[in-house]
Amino acid sequence: MENIRNQIKNFFLRILNIPFAFLMHAIDLIMWPVQKIIGVKNMPYIFLLPNLIFFGLFVIIPLGANFFFSLSSGDELLFTERELPTTKQYDQLFDCESYLNPNTCTEDFFWRGVYNTIFFVVFQVGLMIFFSVLTAVILNKKIIGRGFFRSVFFFPVLLSPVVVGLIWQWILLKNGAFNAIIESYGGDKVSFLTDPSWAMASVIFVSIWAHMGFYTLIVLAGLQAIPPNLYEAAEMDGTSRERIFFRITLPLLMPNLLVVFILASIKGVQTFDEIYVLTGGGPGTSTSLIVQYIFTTGFASSGSVQNFGLAAAASMVLGVVLLFLTLMQLYFSRNKESKHQEI
Amino acid sequence: MNFKFILKAISVALVSFSLTLISAVSFAATDVRIMWYGDGDKENVPIAAQIDEFNAANPDINVILDIVPYDAIMNTLPIQLAAGEGPDIARVTDLGGLNKYYADITPYVADPSYYEKSFGPFLNWYRKPGDTTSIHGFHSTMTVTGPYVNKTLFEQAGVDLLGPGATWEEWAAASIEVAEKTGTPIPMAWDRSGHRVSGPAISMGAKYFDSNGDPKLVDDGLKAMTQMLYDWHQAGTMSKDLWGSVSGSKYHAPNDWWNAAEVVFMMSGSWQIGRFANEVGDDFDWWAVPAPCGPAACTGMPGGNALLAFNANPAVGKVMDYLSSKEQLSSFIGQVLAIPGHLDLQVDYQTDDPNAKHALNTFAGAVPTIDQVAFDLQAHVDNRIMFNAIISRLGQAIVGEMTMEEAWERMDEDVEKQLKEKYGG
Repeated sequence: MENIRNQIKNFFLRILNIPFAFLMHAIDLIMWPVQKIIGVKNMPYIFLLPNLIFFGLFVIIPLGANFFFSLSSGDELLFTERELPTTKQYDQLFDCESYLNPNTCTEDFFWRGVYNTIFFVVFQVGLMIFFSVLTAVILNKKIIGRGFFRSVFFFPVLLSPVVVGLIWQWILLKNGAFNAIIESYGGDKVSFLTDPSWAMASVIFVSIWAHMGFYTLIVLAGLQAIPPNLYEAAEMDGTSRERIFFRITLPLLMPNLLVVFILASIKGVQTFDEIYVLTGGGPGTSTSLIVQYIFTTGFASSGSVQNFGLAAAASMVLGVVLLFLTLMQLYFSRNKESKHQEI
Repeated sequence: MNFKFILKAISVALVSFSLTLISAVSFAATDVRIMWYGDGDKENVPIAAQIDEFNAANPDINVILDIVPYDAIMNTLPIQLAAGEGPDIARVTDLGGLNKYYADITPYVADPSYYEKSFGPFLNWYRKPGDTTSIHGFHSTMTVTGPYVNKTLFEQAGVDLLGPGATWEEWAAASIEVAEKTGTPIPMAWDRSGHRVSGPAISMGAKYFDSNGDPKLVDDGLKAMTQMLYDWHQAGTMSKDLWGSVSGSKYHAPNDWWNAAEVVFMMSGSWQIGRFANEVGDDFDWWAVPAPCGPAACTGMPGGNALLAFNANPAVGKVMDYLSSKEQLSSFIGQVLAIPGHLDLQVDYQTDDPNAKHALNTFAGAVPTIDQVAFDLQAHVDNRIMFNAIISRLGQAIVGEMTMEEAWERMDEDVEKQLKEKYGG
């Protein structure tokens, strides 16, 4: 009986194999002469070709187009109708009497975006690392419901930025949930999103809430990789908890913290959607970051001239910043790898 | 024999299939895509019903109605058009700004003179400078900007409503008095829009153009009005929470606060009538009041939205003829409670709401009082550039990012910069 069942199974498998075999033979018919011509050594390039084509189509060509736009002017979208070449857009972006005072710059919105982005990244990344480490240290301990809390902290990462923005808008608006609580305790309403002195703090807080889970996970992985015998030895020596943290945990976490720092910085520089939903970049321009400047200048001008060239030039500048951060990440991760190999 | 039979059967099947395909292509209905933004169901439902009716009566044309948010009309549509991917027809408010994309449907409409007779002055708002003959579409509704007051709050406070001729300062003082007496948090709220600021600015003497007819934004009139708005924000007459809740030139309306009776005086326009009738209901009495005065005029801004064609073909012409017909327009305007853009239209407004009826009369009565500068500004192709410069810079000054002097300087620079980018030089 078993034998018959196997025979039937094999029969169907052979039938199913026919189209695959046919396909493989067909590929072989093409690949064999190709291999003859270019040699076995070069065959990996052939296999990479489909991926490279997609990468070229959707990354390299748009990058080139963006560069082209940044060197052209006019309000037309089609290449053929634009004036080029010109460095006008870059001249306009960097035309400032004093870079420290955006009001003296021709493109003051861009420079406000630059300063807001720097402020946002410094505080968001700094606080994010602090809270990620704090949370990871707590979640690494044997607390009740550890699995549940790990999920809870990671949950916001799964939410769409628009959902995050809308949820917190509902909570932080002047007539929102948070102010209702403040009022119920006799306090005055606070304009968390519309007062310039509160708005940036609010968006930093929301951004940390939304992304902290991911970085906590990285730090948690780092904590779990620290050999427990180091802690045991330190405890046997009667070392205080603070000293253990600063002399063992933190130094051994440093490679992970570096990754967190660079990833969070890259993400911070690119931040747009949740802030756009939450405050629209306002009040005034107090929460408007560089990406919003690019979006507004190129695509959301509400009837003004859609300045694709200026938006492209600004995005090239942003691209350089991101490239620098990415190279930093590559450098440090390679450094880390080589140190591991040495060990 | 079998083989021959199979061959014959295949041939017959192939021929039949080809014929079916050819006939399907020949008799396929022509698609006409309309990009439509509506002020909620009150506008979307009537237009959808009209389109369904048209499709049923014209099986050779298939009108597809894409209902989109207003932001899509302002920001997505221009990109689509620049990329050559726009709809056949769209309902737009930036009437002159998109004129390079409009198609001339004169050869495809049944009676071009009907458009001239019915929508005459508005047709020039869509045309390129120098063009006096093309037909691109028609005015769906006409709008006039102007204020509303919460009449119930005025009555509760025992403050009389001001009549025609009252100034902006007098209205502000009355609104503050009502707010204080009734404990209402916001005496005054305005739509965050340069268009809304422009009517009052013209009343204060703003001219917007130099002697050659070229844009010249900042003058004493505009300074007076924007300074007044700035001062009202600093004094708490207007809440910074509204204009501060977005940045740049983004439009924002205070409807939520108005509906919650937290605003005494709201500067908006006639398009809100249907919305207020639906949303405010019996909660409080609201009245539209005549445009407050400045030293130069007592004017609001005209405006409105138009259905404009981006492709010219017989199907588009037929759809335009249908939607612009007296019968369809009258039915639509009657349901949405708007002022018609048609110059000779009898409308039976479908409402029993006395507030809505009063507001319709007030705004319709305001049309003859609109200042010529306001009409010229509305007709200018680059008016949005000026509106956006006003609102984004004023917004920055209000939240303390720059002084009013710097804001005025920036307004002029913004206009100059944008015009240079658009026209070269």
